[in-house]
Amino acid sequence: MAERKPLGTTWRLAATVGLAVFLLVGPPFLSPYWIGLLTQMVILAILAMSLDLLLGYTGLPSLGHAGLFGVAAYGVGILSTTYHAGFWVSVAGGLLTGIVLAALVGLIVSHVRDVYFLMITLALGMVLWGLSYRWIPMTGGDNGISGIPRFESHAGLPVTGPIPFYYVALLVLAVCSVLMMRLVSSPFGLTLRGIRENERRMTSLGFNTWVHCYLSYVLSGAFASVAGVMWAYYNGFVSPTYLDLTASSELFLMVTLGGPATLAGPVFGAGAIVLLKNVMSAYTARWLLVLGIVYIATIMWAPQGLWNLGRRST
Amino acid sequence: MKRLHPALIAPAVLIAATLVTAQTPQDTPIKIGFMVPLSGGSAQNGRDILNGFLLYLDEIGYRAGGRRIQLIVEDDEAIPAVGLTKARKLVERDEVHVMAGALLSSTGYALAPYIESMKIPMVYPVVSADDLTQRRRGTWIVRTGWSGSQPNHAFGEYAYQTLGVRSVVTIALDYAFGWESVGGFARTFLAEGGRIRKKIWVPVSVHDFAPYLAQIPRDVDAVYALLLGRSALQFMKQYREFGLKGRVTLIGGGTTTDEHVLPFMGDEAIGTVTALHYSAALKTPVNEAFVQAYRARFKKVPSYYSESMYTGGKWLVAAINAIDGRVDNRTALLDAIRKARPTELPRGPVELDAYGNPIENVYIRKVERVNGELQNTVIDTFPKVSQFWKYDPAEYLREPLYAR
Repeated sequence: MAERKPLGTTWRLAATVGLAVFLLVGPPFLSPYWIGLLTQMVILAILAMSLDLLLGYTGLPSLGHAGLFGVAAYGVGILSTTYHAGFWVSVAGGLLTGIVLAALVGLIVSHVRDVYFLMITLALGMVLWGLSYRWIPMTGGDNGISGIPRFESHAGLPVTGPIPFYYVALLVLAVCSVLMMRLVSSPFGLTLRGIRENERRMTSLGFNTWVHCYLSYVLSGAFASVAGVMWAYYNGFVSPTYLDLTASSELFLMVTLGGPATLAGPVFGAGAIVLLKNVMSAYTARWLLVLGIVYIATIMWAPQGLWNLGRRST
Repeated sequence: MKRLHPALIAPAVLIAATLVTAQTPQDTPIKIGFMVPLSGGSAQNGRDILNGFLLYLDEIGYRAGGRRIQLIVEDDEAIPAVGLTKARKLVERDEVHVMAGALLSSTGYALAPYIESMKIPMVYPVVSADDLTQRRRGTWIVRTGWSGSQPNHAFGEYAYQTLGVRSVVTIALDYAFGWESVGGFARTFLAEGGRIRKKIWVPVSVHDFAPYLAQIPRDVDAVYALLLGRSALQFMKQYREFGLKGRVTLIGGGTTTDEHVLPFMGDEAIGTVTALHYSAALKTPVNEAFVQAYRARFKKVPSYYSESMYTGGKWLVAAINAIDGRVDNRTALLDAIRKARPTELPRGPVELDAYGNPIENVYIRKVERVNGELQNTVIDTFPKVSQFWKYDPAEYLREPLYAR
């Protein structure tokens, strides 16, 4: 399926190259506000790609993915403020929290598929949200944790301002993209697609599909944790809204809008939603309506996502 | 394409130059960045805050300190991260001189480090989290509203001394605002010798109060309720259905019967006694004029949210006038905001304490039906109440923040 040369390959290539060039050389010419928005897009792109591993490639629709992201962010928040931990400890701690959690949650959720997977991840996502909301001594409850040090100063970088952090985020995005691209084109990734298409057949071929789904969940959680750590530094605070259902469903929409099982699609999906939310809301109070229309239009005319426009549906 | 003749360029440059020089700083508008939730569950409260501000800006014709005022409104969706993004937009893209707004404590806390790092003066008309002007106070945020425990300190004493209440069950929303309100009430009420039989916490998303109302012993003197919005409406209905109305006195925090929900309540709310720094039924000429103007324009009674940014706006403008509109000097502007003593406020006299929180009247209000409409009739006034009540600020701050 990857080998086929579908229609519209040129515009996709052009879009990718154009975006990459813009992300690389554009920011120094932009105002801090736009660099901030771009940083958001870059971080959320990592998160959207991580969900794509699950949703697009393995066919496991998770509605609790923001939970893993948020828990990693809380890891950084708690370590860097309550325990005054150093940069690397905070980052490693945040990542580890997210990954360990994914490894534990994965044990439960990897047993179910389809709508059951949706429901159980939704439930576990709500549990994580509840925890962040009610475990007040640790998480500060509704008020969250503010006062996370700035990335540059915490990491001991000799520079300040929005640009260095942006490029760090971009580098992380690049590394994560390469890793995820390698992953989905590896035999392991192909097995995941096989499971998505027909799990029974994969089982009869001798694949342990549970282990594959489990690993896919943990890996996806690991990349989500990377995004979570970056997000905590970007905003300088964490709050329960990071892991609520709204966050999870918005993330879900980024992937479906962009095009599942493409990795590039969710990057554009994340960018499009951040842009729509922030640019539209400056011009109209009815921006939610615009967002709704965009979603409906996507479902009507590009059900496979924007990235798959012009590609024959499989 | 024709080439431009140098003789044509010269006058063009001259005209351009005069246009540029005409743009003196005094002619550029004062930009006020404003954000509240305008979508989602808190949209109505956010709209009220904005309405109050619009009403005041209209009164002064959008001019202060000899300059035009440009208001830039953003929707923070009641999500802290969105609030921060919007704050960045207002500060870095729109280059506002001063900021105002925020509704939720979580947004208030999330914005604080950013506001401090950008050194932009900001007024919080509503965010009531105690520690914003106590243990975690900053320099650049000035609260023109109130702190959650502030009216409740006064109310605890009032409940014991004047209402004669001796034992109480509290029922409150389970988040910082609830804890701080109940904490403040409990502190002075217990100090007087009162007894709190039980503290019931309900989730913010509560739909049904039955399991909580069933826990209330019928022999307590009063139930203290701290709710808002839909939860307050639901509570009032079920309080009557459970046969508690008329048997156990209902008292509470001001938001429980605030005018943002009061018009939607029925007779079940009558008699409820609450405390807040404002009531739309306050009988002062200034407030009556404000309520009349607000009703005329927005076709509804102003809530404490509406008043918050009417006063907040007046406060800001008083500060801008005091420095003759030279808002580009942010330190001077901040100073002016801290020193401003706006008068003729609907809520009555206000002054700022050294910690950035207003010292203001606390009104004890009782729900009554007057001319067919429910209102919070003011039955008593505690003048000049500080966020520290009668305690010594330094000692007060050594104790931990009110928690569950």
